[in-house]
Amino acid sequence: MYRYDEFDATFVSERVDQFRDQVARRVKGDLTEEQFRPLRLMNGLYLQLHAYMLRVAVPYGTLNSKQMHKLAYIADKFDRGYGHFTTRQNIQYNWPKLPDVPDILEHLAEVEMHAIQTSGNCIRNVTADQWSGVAADEVEDPRPYAELMRQWSSLHPEFSFLPRKFKIAVTGDKADRAAIAYHDIGLRLKKNAAGEVGFEIFVGGGMGRTPMIAARVRDWLPKSELLGYLEAVMRVYNLNGRRDNKYKARIKILVHELGAEEFTRQVEEEYARLDAPQGLPSDQELERIAAYFAPPAYEDLAENDAVHTQHLVDNKDFAEWVERNVAPHKITGYAIVNISLKPVGGVPGDATSGQMHAIADMAEKMSLDEIRVTHEQNLVLPNVRKHDLFAVWQELKEHKLADANLGLATDIISCPGLDYCGLATARSIPISQDISIRLGDIKRQRDIGDLKIKISGCINACGHHHAGHIGILGLEKRGVEYYQITLGGSGDETASIGQIIGPGFSSETVTDAVETIVDTYMDLRKSGETFLEAYRRVGAEPFKEAVYATH
Amino acid sequence: MPLIRDGKIVEDIWVSLDDEAELPEQGDVILSLDRLKKEANAIQTRSGRTGVVLENDVDEEDVETYLPHIELIALTFPAFTDGRAYSQARQLRTKLGFEGELRATGNVLADQATFLCRVGFDSFEVDNDQSIDVWNKALRSMSVAYQRGYDGEQATRESGPLSQDKAHTSLA
Ligand code: HEM
Ligand code: SF4
Repeated sequence: MYRYDEFDATFVSERVDQFRDQVARRVKGDLTEEQFRPLRLMNGLYLQLHAYMLRVAVPYGTLNSKQMHKLAYIADKFDRGYGHFTTRQNIQYNWPKLPDVPDILEHLAEVEMHAIQTSGNCIRNVTADQWSGVAADEVEDPRPYAELMRQWSSLHPEFSFLPRKFKIAVTGDKADRAAIAYHDIGLRLKKNAAGEVGFEIFVGGGMGRTPMIAARVRDWLPKSELLGYLEAVMRVYNLNGRRDNKYKARIKILVHELGAEEFTRQVEEEYARLDAPQGLPSDQELERIAAYFAPPAYEDLAENDAVHTQHLVDNKDFAEWVERNVAPHKITGYAIVNISLKPVGGVPGDATSGQMHAIADMAEKMSLDEIRVTHEQNLVLPNVRKHDLFAVWQELKEHKLADANLGLATDIISCPGLDYCGLATARSIPISQDISIRLGDIKRQRDIGDLKIKISGCINACGHHHAGHIGILGLEKRGVEYYQITLGGSGDETASIGQIIGPGFSSETVTDAVETIVDTYMDLRKSGETFLEAYRRVGAEPFKEAVYATH
Repeated sequence: MPLIRDGKIVEDIWVSLDDEAELPEQGDVILSLDRLKKEANAIQTRSGRTGVVLENDVDEEDVETYLPHIELIALTFPAFTDGRAYSQARQLRTKLGFEGELRATGNVLADQATFLCRVGFDSFEVDNDQSIDVWNKALRSMSVAYQRGYDGEQATRESGPLSQDKAHTSLA
């Protein structure tokens, strides 16, 4: 894992001091709220419905146990004992007080964390595949490059006042667990014909009111040139992105209006012109960063562990949890444990300080001190010996973290919605809870199989509803909430945008509609066919018929 | 609007010339781009210096042919959140090799100071209610920066060992 050196430490602590000064000037009245707003946003501080909300970056989703303990401590000391893990691999605190925020940032700096650029019209926290470095079939660990981008994008002198926010995601695997197609820039490590690893580059994806799948602008770029190419993309966007209308300001609109071909031409022209080496890190610097991501001290283990195999036989609940929540690891004898933050009827992505401490302890003892945050609002212990799986499971159970529902109907992504968010048009958490309870029976969930339900409380689509197999969008008409349903969205390597099936549903009937859709799938699926596959085969019609016939 | 240069408030000797006003033979004047194009010949023979304002939606290459005769370019920030002029400044300095004065005008706040310096601005028309002390403090607030190939007093990783005081001494 990356460790700050003196340089990084200086950067973050000076940044805290700078923000402390800005807060003081705001409190004194030297800065108006209008002047303060972009400054606080660049430090992850939002003003919400009821209070300030602080969004802390978990760069590319990687944490160690000390950091997780600190997040728990902050939840207890400055908030109400819990935090909310988001689809951008960040954690949000919903109740901090403005004068406390510099202190919180100082606590974070102690464990090499910050909230820099988790909001505002700048380059946001770079997200990555949560299984980076451990996934069995990965081309290469993308995190050294994610870290390079974290550094490069931090207080960038040229690209800190962009037309709109800017999100970059990276994966090192063919299977896309980072939803790169839905990002402003999506990066995928792949090999060229000569077997060298480089980046495939996609630009212009996004959610919001105009969902778009990113266009490929480069089939392959040498890894070492990444920052130069990004500079070219950012400059074309900074100069030409629309600033007259905030709904048209994202890079996806520029790519769309110019056409992918013309946009690519402009980027390539700018790139060809750049004095590239000047802006690129030296080889030593790349090696310095990469060294931090060298594999941890794995033991030499056998493929199978007798104790583990015996537990699988003896304990059906454990076996079911392993089947759903545990994934194959690069290293023989190890496994990836996915911790669901989606208890049936719970708030997706919330974790209490007690749970955070427990996970930190487990990571220290049984996951080589590593934890990951996923864009589906779950957590991961990436380095667990198969031998320890049973102990981890028991420990998780004790802290109500052992739901065996990863990727199933109740593993719902939901944005905060009207319960917290100032922009919301409808509640989203209560709807996700309702659906979760309705479909909660684990036998039924397992029978339904892979299903991604995603809910947003307004058109901004923070809950990724466009990428949901079943997407739900909360809207409002004359003071009454209603919910639009989309089907067939996907955020993986076969990315697609969900299509609206028809008129919306009330908060009382939307769960029925979802259940009808699920039941319809169960009736029409072929053997072994997932919901998404079935939908892609039959289209929306059968679902529409079922839903609108009964409502 | 106070003008800041080299960490001090300085008198502004440049006069912004109205498009209708006559082009004086002497004195330092700042013209609009349209006016500059019309006076392309005149500016080459006058004894005073000539500058130009570039709005932030024009292509900086539009001034390329005039650059040998121009000693100041003012770039505009209609709102301090509108960051186009950062890229324009960068392009003028690197792509077009402009070495004259680059002035930041419009909604310019102390909190932008380091960004502005690093992309190549060297004078600043700041908002009235921001004192020189606030400006200089902001400028000194960061001693390190991650991006390579930009200007400024900040140390980068490649610029050798950290010198905490680098920014401080140069501004003293
Ligand atoms: C609670 C305060 C929040 C506010 C005020 C907020 C605001 C917004 C806005 C305005 C957009 C639309 C941007 C656009 O289309 O240009 C957006 C998109 C998005 N937000 Fe949030 N959001 C909040 C919370 C969250 C949370 C909790 C998450 C993660 C669970 C999140 C993740 C995202 C994502 C993934 C997108 C869509 C992707 C994109 O196109 O950028 N946001 N948000
Ligand atoms: S989708 Fe809308 S309601 Fe939900 S968090 Fe984003 S802005 Fe708020």
